[in-house]
Amino acid sequence: MTKDECKKLVLDIIADIAPDEDLSDVKPDVKLRDQLELDSMDFLDIVMELRKQHSIEVPEADYQELASLDSCAEYLTPKFNALV
Amino acid sequence: MSNTEHYDVAIIGAGMSGLAAGIRLAHFGKNVCIFERHNAVGGLNSFYSFNGRKYDVGLHAMTNYVPPGVKGTPLGKLLRQLRIKREELDLCSQKHSRIAFPGIDLTFSNEYALLESQVAEKFPSQIDGFQRLIKKIKTFDDVALEIEEVSAREMIAGYLSDPLLVEMLLCPLMFYGSAREQDMDFSQFVIMAKSIYLEGFARPYEGVRHVIRILLEKYRQAGGKRKMKCGVHKIQKEGNRVGRLQLDTGDEVTADHIISSIGSIETEKLYQEDTTIQKDPQMAPGVLSFVETITVFDHSPETFAWGDETIVFFNDSDKFTYACPTAEVDPRSGVICFPNNFEYGSRELAEGFLRVTCLANYDQWANLPENVYQETKRKWFDQVVKSAARFLPQPQLDLEKITVATDMFTPRTIHKFTGHLNGAVYGAPNKIKNGKTSLENLYLCGTDQGFLGIVGSMLSGISMANFHILQAGK
Repeated sequence: MTKDECKKLVLDIIADIAPDEDLSDVKPDVKLRDQLELDSMDFLDIVMELRKQHSIEVPEADYQELASLDSCAEYLTPKFNALV
Repeated sequence: MSNTEHYDVAIIGAGMSGLAAGIRLAHFGKNVCIFERHNAVGGLNSFYSFNGRKYDVGLHAMTNYVPPGVKGTPLGKLLRQLRIKREELDLCSQKHSRIAFPGIDLTFSNEYALLESQVAEKFPSQIDGFQRLIKKIKTFDDVALEIEEVSAREMIAGYLSDPLLVEMLLCPLMFYGSAREQDMDFSQFVIMAKSIYLEGFARPYEGVRHVIRILLEKYRQAGGKRKMKCGVHKIQKEGNRVGRLQLDTGDEVTADHIISSIGSIETEKLYQEDTTIQKDPQMAPGVLSFVETITVFDHSPETFAWGDETIVFFNDSDKFTYACPTAEVDPRSGVICFPNNFEYGSRELAEGFLRVTCLANYDQWANLPENVYQETKRKWFDQVVKSAARFLPQPQLDLEKITVATDMFTPRTIHKFTGHLNGAVYGAPNKIKNGKTSLENLYLCGTDQGFLGIVGSMLSGISMANFHILQAGK
């Protein structure tokens, strides 16, 4: 998986949990919270969906790694590539 | 032993909060089962058919209504957390509502500006304080799970000096959510004020059954199980934890976690002696119950010159008494609801409905023999409707001639369907925000956890499932 594919996948999850957000212009280097209306319940769901859909575990101490799309890609891509 | 079924999570009660908790947990792969004593789901907010006609119980309107596109409010959180599309709920906004006291009215709608202009017009000396109070309400963290209690009346006194305005503002909030007599905890006041004055009322065209149908379908799709006519009779403790659940059927089940929506004292009664519970001053049961009359007309109330108001909160003196009456019913104040008067667009309810709710005393109703009970119902039905009529325009039709059906529920009905002690609609006066109980793996959600209203009750189930199970990684 490439980092771009990983970002796409995170966006798909956000689209799933927050269908009322406009995701057409999410800036990868800006914190998701600063450009979208996402609260801690939504971040919990991003983590839970990663586990449910992709068997990726994000321990609570690492939640900050999910702050922006870029940091998500940095953090999650190796995890995806380690899966199989 | 080996026949005992085991679940990741067992949920007691299939009301709004239990179903919402169940959807979250099942969606994330937990093996969940909801145990419900009745044949019907919905608990306090349910529906029934009688002589071929459909009735709602509980819900007059859903509070917390915001128009599409408004984010960061309880309704939005609820929709996201349960993966419900907004359109699915079919929410139709109220037209307008009124708080009616002798010689003075405050009208409000889903546009907050209307209430503010009404206060400015009728209480000019209070408008600055009112605006400061609203600002305080907007910035207050009402859903914090660890929070000190403060008297709402004491807090409000720091903003408003006219007691009549205080009574008028408290009246709808208490009727729609206070488990406490005369006063509210300030955080409960804030939850209610936001949900009614800053957000607003709405109703699905088909009423509460529509909401319940969606919840059931989501729960089923997520793989949740439920057992109907199968309440939890007893909790068997093992040290500080729940060991087994004994069901009404005599079967036993086990679960890693148990979420109970049946009330804090009602839950403790499943594993504690009554005498132990009575010693705990925090564990006092609620005493606020209601009667509600339902009158069905062969056409819409708007045509009687009753106007297009959605809900009218009335009180016949300057002082509003929100307390358990000594008589069977307190008809001095109440809530009138016209389910016809929501913005249904081109749709129209087939018949006209008038619902009137008044405070009632559970003990007075509880032990009446059946024939006296029916007679007492008839007596109060007439008095309640008559009392409400004082706050409505004179009808231009002979109402008796166009009445096609009536029904009435009492504290006895509420007790039967919710199991709440004293038929206490809003449960116990002391809420347990963090949902913890004296057993490690047993948590509360719903009425006694303390998020109020229908949206609140579902958020309660969601929050408790998140906080105690999903977020905790259990």
